[in-house]
Amino acid sequence: MSGAGRAVLAGLALTLPFWLPNPYFLHVAIMAGIFGVLALSLNLLLGYTGQLSLGHAAFFGIGAYASALLTLRLEWSFWLALPAAVALAALAGWLIGRLALKLRGAYFVLVTISFAGVVALVSVNWMELTNGPLGLPGVPAPTLGPWSLRGKPAYYYLVLAAVLLASLVCRRLVHSRIGRAFVALRENEPLAESVGVDVTHYLVLAAVVSAAMAGLAGSLYAHYTRFVSPEVFLFSYTVTMVIMVVAGGKGTLAGPLVGALIFTVLPEALRAVVSWQWQMLAYGVLLILLVVFLPRGIVPAIAAWRVRQAP
Amino acid sequence: MAELLQHLVNGLVLGGTYALLGIGLTLIFGLMNVVNFAHGEFYTLGAYATFAALGLAGANFFAAVLAAIACGAVLGALCEQALLRPLRAESIDTTMLVMIGVWIAMQNAELLIWGGVAKSIPHPFPTAPLVLGPVSIAPLRAFVLVLAAGLIVMAYLAIHRTRLGTAMRATFQDRDTAALMGVRIHRMHTVTFAFGSGLAAAAGALLGPVFLAYPSMGDLASLKAFSVVILGGLGNLPGATLGGLLLGIAEELGAGYISSGYRDAVGFVIIILVLLLRPAGLFTKQERIG
Amino acid sequence: MARAAGTLTLAVRDLAVRFGGVAALAGVSFDVHPGTITSVIGPNGAGKTTAFNAITGYLAPTRGRIEYDGSPLTGLRPSAIAARGIVRTFQRTSVFPALTVADNVMIGLHLRGVAGLVDVTLRRRRLAAEESRLAREADGILDFVGLGRRRGERASELPYGEQRLVELAVALGARPRLLLLDEPGAGMTTAEKTTVTDLIYRIRDQATTVLLVEHDMRMVMSISDAVIVLNHGRVIAAGTPAAIQAHPDVIRAYLGSAGDRA
Repeated sequence: MSGAGRAVLAGLALTLPFWLPNPYFLHVAIMAGIFGVLALSLNLLLGYTGQLSLGHAAFFGIGAYASALLTLRLEWSFWLALPAAVALAALAGWLIGRLALKLRGAYFVLVTISFAGVVALVSVNWMELTNGPLGLPGVPAPTLGPWSLRGKPAYYYLVLAAVLLASLVCRRLVHSRIGRAFVALRENEPLAESVGVDVTHYLVLAAVVSAAMAGLAGSLYAHYTRFVSPEVFLFSYTVTMVIMVVAGGKGTLAGPLVGALIFTVLPEALRAVVSWQWQMLAYGVLLILLVVFLPRGIVPAIAAWRVRQAP
Repeated sequence: MAELLQHLVNGLVLGGTYALLGIGLTLIFGLMNVVNFAHGEFYTLGAYATFAALGLAGANFFAAVLAAIACGAVLGALCEQALLRPLRAESIDTTMLVMIGVWIAMQNAELLIWGGVAKSIPHPFPTAPLVLGPVSIAPLRAFVLVLAAGLIVMAYLAIHRTRLGTAMRATFQDRDTAALMGVRIHRMHTVTFAFGSGLAAAAGALLGPVFLAYPSMGDLASLKAFSVVILGGLGNLPGATLGGLLLGIAEELGAGYISSGYRDAVGFVIIILVLLLRPAGLFTKQERIG
Repeated sequence: MARAAGTLTLAVRDLAVRFGGVAALAGVSFDVHPGTITSVIGPNGAGKTTAFNAITGYLAPTRGRIEYDGSPLTGLRPSAIAARGIVRTFQRTSVFPALTVADNVMIGLHLRGVAGLVDVTLRRRRLAAEESRLAREADGILDFVGLGRRRGERASELPYGEQRLVELAVALGARPRLLLLDEPGAGMTTAEKTTVTDLIYRIRDQATTVLLVEHDMRMVMSISDAVIVLNHGRVIAAGTPAAIQAHPDVIRAYLGSAGDRA
């Protein structure tokens, strides 16, 4: 994207609450931001290391529960609970990374699904901690000094900051030897090993950073909806993330954000017309169509189109 | 002791159907190199097809179960021809994503057709349990066990005693040589997928009346099928059978002696532990597909 | 023998590798002296690539010792072995296909960078400095192998001969002190082979010891300081090219295998 285009985009994002009067639209923007962080997080694994995590909702859920429990039960400030939630999710990511160290492809997928399955069952069954299926209501909204960030405009800026942070981390990683090691694992593992890339170390690192980001999104989600229940572990969250990344363009920096925007706004726009079930059905069909017809995703397709248009 | 025996019997009933699921998945995985995340949806399909055949067509229960199996096989064949055949040259990751798409689409189609409320599938068996010494078993469950065992034996015979089965085994062992010997690989793939899907539908038709039919029942079925395949080793038919029985019994014991809330965690823990400690499966010494 | 061991670049002792019941290597011993170009030759299935895989940690030997600069390598992972300065190429062309030539080499330079997670996320200037240093090194390597003009192209889109050069450039990125080349001339035209031969000399001149597996006898005999002949998983001869060419066992092994093929 050109510098001018980027400036316009930044301007729009920064002033959004001022020209988007309807709080419902702002709600959609906030959810798009939270999913944007999630999609960026999944993309680190799926797009760069080439390993698909179908247990990503677990990291999201761990972040949400950790943040909710710390603020509710221990009355921690949001600003302490957030990093703690991120750290706990990162720890879970480390665990998965260690477990799946030698596993690739389908086996990696199965371990991540199983991990998410176990965590979800714990959230339902450990009543004393999680309140079971009833969930945890009344998660406090964050405050900043004397101000509450309860309002949508304020929360929008909080989420926007998280999106920027996650994008920045991804950008720096990708343009460093760490990101190149991720890609090397995806492209040709034996060759990567032959020039000294400790592939398993970088897979664990990718899992940790990815899980931390998902935990960040989880914490933001918990304090925004102010309610956490085992639904945060729903498989449909993971599916949504996968669609966002695959549609936007896996292994690109902008793709997950574009995907998150499209697949948050579109369902909301279509909500009046079609039911949620139809949408999920369409998601399934769309995933098939995307993989068959647009395997690299929207962002690379546009980039390729622009190259062809250029004289 | 009586309690333990009872758990073992219940475990066998579950395990028999898990074995059916596992055999189907391990064939597809082994022969086609496709990670079929939609496998559980064919299980769901089997349950709903039975329900539909009973309720809508007024069929006899046994005919309904057969119809469900046929339905799974036909839809499996269609799915293979329409989606997987064009993607034969693609990587395993591509087909995996496509099958995840099929999984989501099928599940939500079922949700749209049948609604989210669980359906109970009527069956002609008396509810009074058969008592055999210290253990008792509901007649329906006994029927499930017998039919599952029968289907497993049939699957073995089909693979070991028929020309088609021989061609299947040949393809599994060495696709190129099999093709040179005149095996039509395309057809083998369709047959394998249909066969595997039919077995999954059979498992659904059998367990549907025992529990309930609901749209998301396939999620756990898929994962259980994967646990079975991982326990038994990729493409290992006897392994899948043993793995299925083992998982069924382990779940019953886990639910009975630890906590029923964590019944389904048994499969997850098995996946993680086996992949961690013995990635080739527990029964790797055994012959693969014959 | 024991006196010389300290100065050997590579000392392979009684190396054995079995696959199931088959012995791919049945107790192989040989030396590689520093600053030399040493070739491993032998008929197909003699165990050459197996030896490479065992030396570089891609498979675990059933028996034997491998010493590099006097310290054992056995049990180390491939990446750890690369970190000690031993880098190998692969028999079949092996690049990072979707990446540009320059990015391929940047991955090869992995060990030349130090940035960890903290540097990458928090120390922007340090990261930028490292990136530009690595980019300069990558340019230097690409010029060295003669791929300077290809740096922006996708590796998978290059012709075969140039992909093999990319592979070499990736390996050179790790600054090997011992470079193992698995059939660098395979499938190349005579002109390309000349380029590769010339490159191997220049790599040797940069204080890198070279060990190569090669089928092209003309290339082997002209380039090597020492030749090791494997057959059926055993060393049947070792010595200078002239001595090897005159060795009766070698002639028999090659004629024998040629006879099998006929």
